[in-house]
Amino acid sequence: MGKDVWVVAEHFNGRLNDITLELVAKGRELAQAMEAKLAVVLLGRSVKGLAIELAADVVLVADRAELGEFTPEAYCAVLEAALKDAKPRIVLMGSTSVGLDLLSLLSARTGNPCIDNCTKLEVREGRLFATSQIYGGKLFAEVAVAETTTLIAVVPGSFPKPETAVTGRPEVREIPLPAAWPEARIKFRKLIEPPPGDVDITKVPLLVAVGRGIQNADNLTLAEELAEALGGAVCASRPVIDQGWLPLTRQVGKSGMTVKPKLYLAFGISGAPEHWEGMKNSELVVAVNTDPKAPIFGGAHYGAVVDALDLIPLLTEEVRKANMKKAS
Amino acid sequence: MNIAVLTKQVPDLVEGVEIDSTGKAVDPDSIRYILSESDDHALEEALLLKERAQARVEVFSLETGEVRDSLCAALAKGADRVVLIRTGQDTPPSNHAAAKIFASVLQGLSFDLILTGVRAIDDLDGSLGGLLAGYLNLPYVGLVRKVEMTNGTAMAVVQKEFPGGYAAEMEVKLPAVLGIQAAEQPPRYVPVSRLRQVMKAAKVEEQEAALPATEALEVERLFKPEEGAGATMLSGTPEEIARQVVSLLSDRRLVR
Repeated sequence: MGKDVWVVAEHFNGRLNDITLELVAKGRELAQAMEAKLAVVLLGRSVKGLAIELAADVVLVADRAELGEFTPEAYCAVLEAALKDAKPRIVLMGSTSVGLDLLSLLSARTGNPCIDNCTKLEVREGRLFATSQIYGGKLFAEVAVAETTTLIAVVPGSFPKPETAVTGRPEVREIPLPAAWPEARIKFRKLIEPPPGDVDITKVPLLVAVGRGIQNADNLTLAEELAEALGGAVCASRPVIDQGWLPLTRQVGKSGMTVKPKLYLAFGISGAPEHWEGMKNSELVVAVNTDPKAPIFGGAHYGAVVDALDLIPLLTEEVRKANMKKAS
Repeated sequence: MNIAVLTKQVPDLVEGVEIDSTGKAVDPDSIRYILSESDDHALEEALLLKERAQARVEVFSLETGEVRDSLCAALAKGADRVVLIRTGQDTPPSNHAAAKIFASVLQGLSFDLILTGVRAIDDLDGSLGGLLAGYLNLPYVGLVRKVEMTNGTAMAVVQKEFPGGYAAEMEVKLPAVLGIQAAEQPPRYVPVSRLRQVMKAAKVEEQEAALPATEALEVERLFKPEEGAGATMLSGTPEEIARQVVSLLSDRRLVR
């Protein structure tokens, strides 16, 4: 086994995704601690130009029409061959739509172990440890990373992205492609844009967010009234969207929107990692939940253990009073 | 068309999860198991396909907790056959072990589609669908929210979710494994009376499978995040809390 650190890059519309910049920064630190090199794997069509934005020692590029749009199969085929050839120490990817597919497929295809939901990576006394969030953020598991090529999917936002763009002078190398290009059993057809026409919650400074604790669709009226009093909008965590109570455009989290409002009032949201990922950069988070152990209290600025359905109407009333005072 | 739905039981977080005395595993006595949420969506998507394309739906689950209730519920919802796989271990195995067990059970059977939830709250070593597809050398797409059949049973057109509300439409040659994020409609509900009725006559088939030898991840320790770490907790009656919240907002000029 080699000792190098690899990062699998993700890009969209000709730009590197934040997760990749976060992983490159973390990967550098780990490579230094492990006296190893950092390589970034860049797959796609006409992507070579992105290499200078990667502060790595080496950028391994596969530039081909078949890789122009992500399909788990084609990406996996290239990575599988490259991994078996080079045997790096660790391979970092995002715990994202792209990374999650690759993590498990590659682990089964190569026989290398994999770790998902990682939020912390550190070298202690020469050993590498990965910490993952499990059970909706209620527990963390610290895993001693095996002394063999290990694939690790990192939750976006776990490591800081460099504040200024770092340009590197990486050595750019072509990845040897699989001898026989596999039959494409998966074909990318088209990109579906988010549905238009609704409130753009990424641009609303005051958000009233509701989760499972809202209990039913009728109670959404309470949240709407509070949002109206505040001059904000209502958004939600996945379970509310899956129930069809609010449209997809209002979803905050991993597969929904990433928001950075001035105020994020979270009602009945447990704060599972997938949700936290989409709102962790809010300037002020006030969380309300009946469960004192809800993970959302771990990251919120203020919290209250109370039933959201009791509190919301009272809050609306108080906000209206404050509005009146100002108006008079 | 034949659809296999693979489901697993995970701890009900409402009941809490406690760490055992070794500090490296969860205490099984602290756990009540329920069907993993995205597996419920996988079952729903399979049932929608059954209604649209006359598919036969078979549900497989490993022996964990109250799995029999989940399997009966699947029958009550419209599954054609349910199979409980006994391994002699009633706590959930790693996903690598589970994928190998399902691979051995499914080998030789003829399914056009294998659906499973894209992720579960106890996923530490990847996700079941991707691992299984890798072992069976089948195509895999995860984070799927919509499945449509085209060209008979030769191909599925699926929507895979990406961040920011984007999705990709992909064509997948069958047989294939899909990791379902969300069904096209909320999972259907079975009234308790109907469930009781089904449970009386339900036929849950049982099948033995050997636990495979897989190298498990070496968990050094499990730990809880510090309770309320970070958040300043407000207390009092709901009225008092409401006033405190509004005062916080006023201080920051967040109320009009």
